[in-house]
Amino acid sequence: MGCGVSKSDQFHKSSGKAIRSAVLIQRWYRQYVARTEMRRRYTWHIFQSIEYSGEQAQIKLYNFLGYLMDNFTPASNERNLISHIFRENEVCRDAEWERYFCYKNIEVPEIYSGPHLTFPLTAEQAVGLVEAFRNKKQLHSRYVLQLLLETWKQLRMLPNINRISTCHSKEITICGDLHGQLDDLLLIFYKNDMPSLEKPYLFNGDFVDRGKDSIEILIILFSFLLVYPSEVYLNRGNHEDHIINLRYGFTKEVLTKYKMHGKRILKLLQKIFSWLPLATVIDQKVLVLHGGISDTTDLAVLARVDRHNYVSALRPPKKRYQSTARMSVDSDTDEGVWSPNKVFQRQKSLTSLKAINRDSFMNRSLQDFSDRLKVDEVDELEISRRRQSIFNPAISRLENETASSSESVNSLTVIEEWKQILDLLWSDPMNQDGCVPNEVRGGGCYWGPDVTEDFLNRHNLQLIIRSHECKQEGYEFCHNRKVLTLFSASNYYDVGSNRGAYVKLGPDLVPYLIQYQASSMIRELTVRQSAGQTERLALKVLREQLFAHKSDLICAFKKVDSNNTGLLCLNDWASAVESVMHLGLPWRMLRCPLVPGKTNGGMIDYHEWFNELAIKGANAEHLDQSLLETLYRHRSTLETIFRIVDADNSGFITIEDFRQTWKLLGAYLKMEITDDTISDLVVTIDRNQDGSLDIEEFMEAFRLTDKKSRLERGRSMFMGTAADLTKLEGDPNI
Amino acid sequence: MMEDKQSAEPVVADVHKKITAAFTAFDYESNNTVDVREIGTIIYSLGCFPTQADLHDIIAEVEEDNTGFIALDKFLPVMTKVLLEHKFPPIPEDQLLQAFEVLDKEKKGYLVPEVLTHYLTQEGELFTQEEMDEMLTAFTDHQKNLVYYKDLISQLAADPGI
Repeated sequence: MGCGVSKSDQFHKSSGKAIRSAVLIQRWYRQYVARTEMRRRYTWHIFQSIEYSGEQAQIKLYNFLGYLMDNFTPASNERNLISHIFRENEVCRDAEWERYFCYKNIEVPEIYSGPHLTFPLTAEQAVGLVEAFRNKKQLHSRYVLQLLLETWKQLRMLPNINRISTCHSKEITICGDLHGQLDDLLLIFYKNDMPSLEKPYLFNGDFVDRGKDSIEILIILFSFLLVYPSEVYLNRGNHEDHIINLRYGFTKEVLTKYKMHGKRILKLLQKIFSWLPLATVIDQKVLVLHGGISDTTDLAVLARVDRHNYVSALRPPKKRYQSTARMSVDSDTDEGVWSPNKVFQRQKSLTSLKAINRDSFMNRSLQDFSDRLKVDEVDELEISRRRQSIFNPAISRLENETASSSESVNSLTVIEEWKQILDLLWSDPMNQDGCVPNEVRGGGCYWGPDVTEDFLNRHNLQLIIRSHECKQEGYEFCHNRKVLTLFSASNYYDVGSNRGAYVKLGPDLVPYLIQYQASSMIRELTVRQSAGQTERLALKVLREQLFAHKSDLICAFKKVDSNNTGLLCLNDWASAVESVMHLGLPWRMLRCPLVPGKTNGGMIDYHEWFNELAIKGANAEHLDQSLLETLYRHRSTLETIFRIVDADNSGFITIEDFRQTWKLLGAYLKMEITDDTISDLVVTIDRNQDGSLDIEEFMEAFRLTDKKSRLERGRSMFMGTAADLTKLEGDPNI
Repeated sequence: MMEDKQSAEPVVADVHKKITAAFTAFDYESNNTVDVREIGTIIYSLGCFPTQADLHDIIAEVEEDNTGFIALDKFLPVMTKVLLEHKFPPIPEDQLLQAFEVLDKEKKGYLVPEVLTHYLTQEGELFTQEEMDEMLTAFTDHQKNLVYYKDLISQLAADPGI
């Protein structure tokens, strides 16, 4: 900021008045900029808190379902609803794969106007695909399946850790998270040219989810991988995982775009994701991986694992039985795992789950969970080991199976390997020294500068490039510039929220960063407007979260408001809100936008505040308010459970399964949901009364509107995709 | 509904909380220090309108001997005083309007970017080129290429901020 003495201009003699006016305007403007900056920061903080707590929620849900699997009788209905997601791919032998995914009998109709592919793929075809997608074409499922098959064959030949060199004076271009945002990939190709023999690329994971063009991005990346196998490299990200995809939009995108063959495509992608390499080392000096490291990360171990066994990083692979029986190495039929000679006795059915302490699942720390599981024949060492592991429920399960078998060595190795992979895909750097479990996301660690230093020395490396976290400038250095975070999805939270970046690395191994921002809208909005719009969106999302916790909040308010006046001072309001929401936000600063309207002598009238927010739904009036609140708060979880229950991915579930789903949710939330309540819900939704429910329709039926807000668009951003957000672009004045 | 506190005045505790909250938003190392270059933003965000000269005085008072960092325990008492004494009050709307009108000699209700640029980059506490570009991008009506300062002032005044 300039600070100077006023100069008199030769040509225009400015009066003292003019100078004073200038000073005033400058003062005022700088203050305005600072206020805007503060608001931008907390807007960012809002999005990030909610994003990470969403990831945490997904993991909690997954653990809950795993717990159910352990504790239900094999024949129970509820278990059958969800057991299929715990099954490994049933089809394992190559010949069977080819048959299952045969694309040859899929006909391409005459009217199809998209690209036609012939194999082996050529560079022209790859470039042609980019053009086709730029023109909003869709690739026919026949070609998609063919492409995926070829990709799978290619990936299987790759090692866990790619090792590449920048010899021949080639610069390698490295990209971070793309998250289905095709515009960003197109912009990168425009600025930097497409992959070729002279232009090697490395893509660092999270190609899918959230954005609306995930499958197109995959198709492009895989095509270039096939055309230039020595110049194009892919690392796996934590979103290359079908369990995560259920919640974050990729599954939905594929099923919507490929109504007939989507299920097959998704199944094949599960396999492909598991075959993606885990990391890349450049010139033996620079390590590139998606999430990060922990204090136990060991590249030698990672190089050895059978990475394709880790279909989802959220659970360990099933134990391998070396000899005997009905089981081949990869398979996992229910009988094998749940046979009676295992340590765990499965006795409970769903109805008795009411006894479970809800806190078991709701704890932020997954470590606490392990303490509640029964531990029989385990010694102290095992207990302390378990305490250090992140996904304790599954580990406990595995360890207890181990205790009864002679293959303990194998299984403990599996646990070690699994933790290595988890850490690699999910960890985040922190400023403080040390290494602690990443409780915010629910997986991986937070690792400090000392861990980086130690790791680099041990492995004789000089730099770690990772992604996984959105950064406002598209990149950020930390740990003494030894760790670089790279994020390539611009406008990730909203139009104007952040830039994207990519890195060019030459033989000197000095990272050269290029930033960009993909949106034609940016130029049309003024800075003030776009910042304001992002902020409004963040506040809308936050209001929804607050309303979804109404009962808990009122409870907390009442505790402080012992005289029952209905009023709270700002400090009390802020601490009460934080004690319920656990988002770590500057609530005092947010009070103005969140609680508009006149203050009652500086006090907040909390009953009135909640009346301003209201749930409005098509037929929601007859439903219980607290049920609506539950529904709203757990929309994401509910939808995820629906999609899990919908085993054939049709988008419909039977009424009977619908009832079971609610029972599941009731157990998860420790809430009584009666049959009558469920019947009410069914009546609301099953309009054509044909005995099956459209999942989409159900989710759309319940909305939240703030009476004061003119934004009456549907879903919270973390339910929908970026496509929903672009609908806001129409009116910059909203 | 009063919190427990050491000080007798609830107001002071309130002010302390406010300052600490603003401060910690910029405390990246979580060790109760901030980069001296962020102090201006922090002070502005607390609702104060100091001049550059005022800012320099404050920084001189609280900076840790040329380390480039400012510690919370030094900043807190100084800033508390500033807030309790309302040292740098906001600029009333009419005063701001008058200031613009001084520059808009013909009282047209708008200014062309060139005139605004001339004053703000040549007079007073000079804007850098970057600041000037940012302001023009934010405030100029792109179709007419004019700065309608009257509308601007009322729009921004209606925006309560923090």
